[in-house]
Amino acid sequence: MTSEHTIDTRVDHLFRHESGRLVASLVAIFGPSRIDLIEDVVQESLVEALRHWRFHGVPENPTAWLTQVGKRRALDVLLRDTTLRRHERDLKARVERLHERSNHDGLDDQLRLMFLCCHPEVPIESRVPLTLKLVGGMGMGEIARAYLVTEPAMAQRLVRAKRAIRDQGISLDMPEESELPGRLHSVLQTVYLLFNEGYAAGEGDAVIQRDRLEEACRLGLMLVRDARTASPAAHALLALMLFHASRLDARCDGSELLLLEDQDRDRWDRALIQQGFRHLGLAQAGAELTTFHLEAGIAAEHTRAASFDQTDWSVIERLYDMLYTNAPSPVVGLNRAVAIAMVHGPDAGLEALDEIGAPRGYVHHAIVRGELLRRAGRTEEAREQLRLAQQMPSSVPQRALIERRLTELGGTQPG
Amino acid sequence: MSKFVMMLFDNPADFADFSPEQMQQVVQEYGSWAEQMAKEGKFVSGEKLTEDGGKIIARRGDGITVTDGPFAESKEVLGGIFIIQAASYDDAVEIAKTSPHVKYGASTHVRQIDDV
Repeated sequence: MTSEHTIDTRVDHLFRHESGRLVASLVAIFGPSRIDLIEDVVQESLVEALRHWRFHGVPENPTAWLTQVGKRRALDVLLRDTTLRRHERDLKARVERLHERSNHDGLDDQLRLMFLCCHPEVPIESRVPLTLKLVGGMGMGEIARAYLVTEPAMAQRLVRAKRAIRDQGISLDMPEESELPGRLHSVLQTVYLLFNEGYAAGEGDAVIQRDRLEEACRLGLMLVRDARTASPAAHALLALMLFHASRLDARCDGSELLLLEDQDRDRWDRALIQQGFRHLGLAQAGAELTTFHLEAGIAAEHTRAASFDQTDWSVIERLYDMLYTNAPSPVVGLNRAVAIAMVHGPDAGLEALDEIGAPRGYVHHAIVRGELLRRAGRTEEAREQLRLAQQMPSSVPQRALIERRLTELGGTQPG
Repeated sequence: MSKFVMMLFDNPADFADFSPEQMQQVVQEYGSWAEQMAKEGKFVSGEKLTEDGGKIIARRGDGITVTDGPFAESKEVLGGIFIIQAASYDDAVEIAKTSPHVKYGASTHVRQIDDV
């Protein structure tokens, strides 16, 4: 992931992207009620491609090749399926023109498929997995692993989502102009969720986390490329994701997650940062100020600082204040307290932390509190807090961090 | 140097439940293997065969009969061939052992092309 260009045209996800494109085109032809059938057609087409390409290589134009196979397989289905045959003539003509859809990357189809997956009638917990499956071309096993659930459990969730689409008769049409902002909001929230899950996940398969993040960026790019969806909020979301993506390599040190202050800033991806600032600029059009804007602003401020010590915490504190007023979540409250501590000292930070209350068993809260207590010179309380954190459910990197802090405080014995 | 045929047998149900990313992995492994072999002057060509039992042409009495070859979903089928170049039979076998078909296919048969 080094630039906008490479996110967009990664050949190393060829099968995934071709899957998304083909599913989208076929949903546009057969309708959202036949997603299962379409997934079968696409899977068979991909297997056919695999069987050929392993023996004589990937063809010059894999998209055209797969479209051809997809077309033939879809026509076969029309011949076999008697209920479909009633609409056959129209369907047949549309399948015959399948290649016209992919001539323009099938982006319009994929955008509409994204809106379908994020439709308000689709259960909220299914929107991200469904998007990953249909638009992102991720396998059921991969999605299940990303969510740390079994494959049948994830399959069940997707079955329910597809049933909702069928039962509600949700159409693939782009929403009317009056409905567009609300529907776009739901799409942006889903992409944000996908991104956050990929970025924040402490545990699980590292490759899958990265894949989710890349997919979120790809979807974000897709949204800003279309005039209907390139809202300031969409640009802000993309900027936010690009800033975070730029630190992905610097953030991992073996299996350990490095905090912002410990990262080697030379390893931040300049090309992605540049793209981030470009989209942050485009996000300023109009008066709209979303939480994406605020989060992108915070990420940008960290990016601007040449070193951790040169971070302008007063700007970050102000942005977190606004964010906390808009969206008072425990995570935001926590980060706001950190920013306050950087500007006004650890005692002010602890005060802000007490304001939000301590969500029980939330390990990140305990770690931050321990750190602020240490800075305030309340060593014994800090130690106690970190030992408390040791008892809470946490990820491997978090446990390593707690251990390190306790060692620094000279109190590794469990209390 | 002699030419050898690697006959690549498959199970028809192979790959059916692979995710797109896993398929990508398979294609990449075959591709880089062929590329590496070509670089070493060992790879000549690869061909895929259609997925059916083929046709059997036989002499019967005065005439010729054509029948469909046996094709069973559960049986190994000849999926394709690689033509390779090797110094000896042993060498050809060693080459075949490095091919990803050992990992992903049902079996591989190696036959020497008799060009004496």
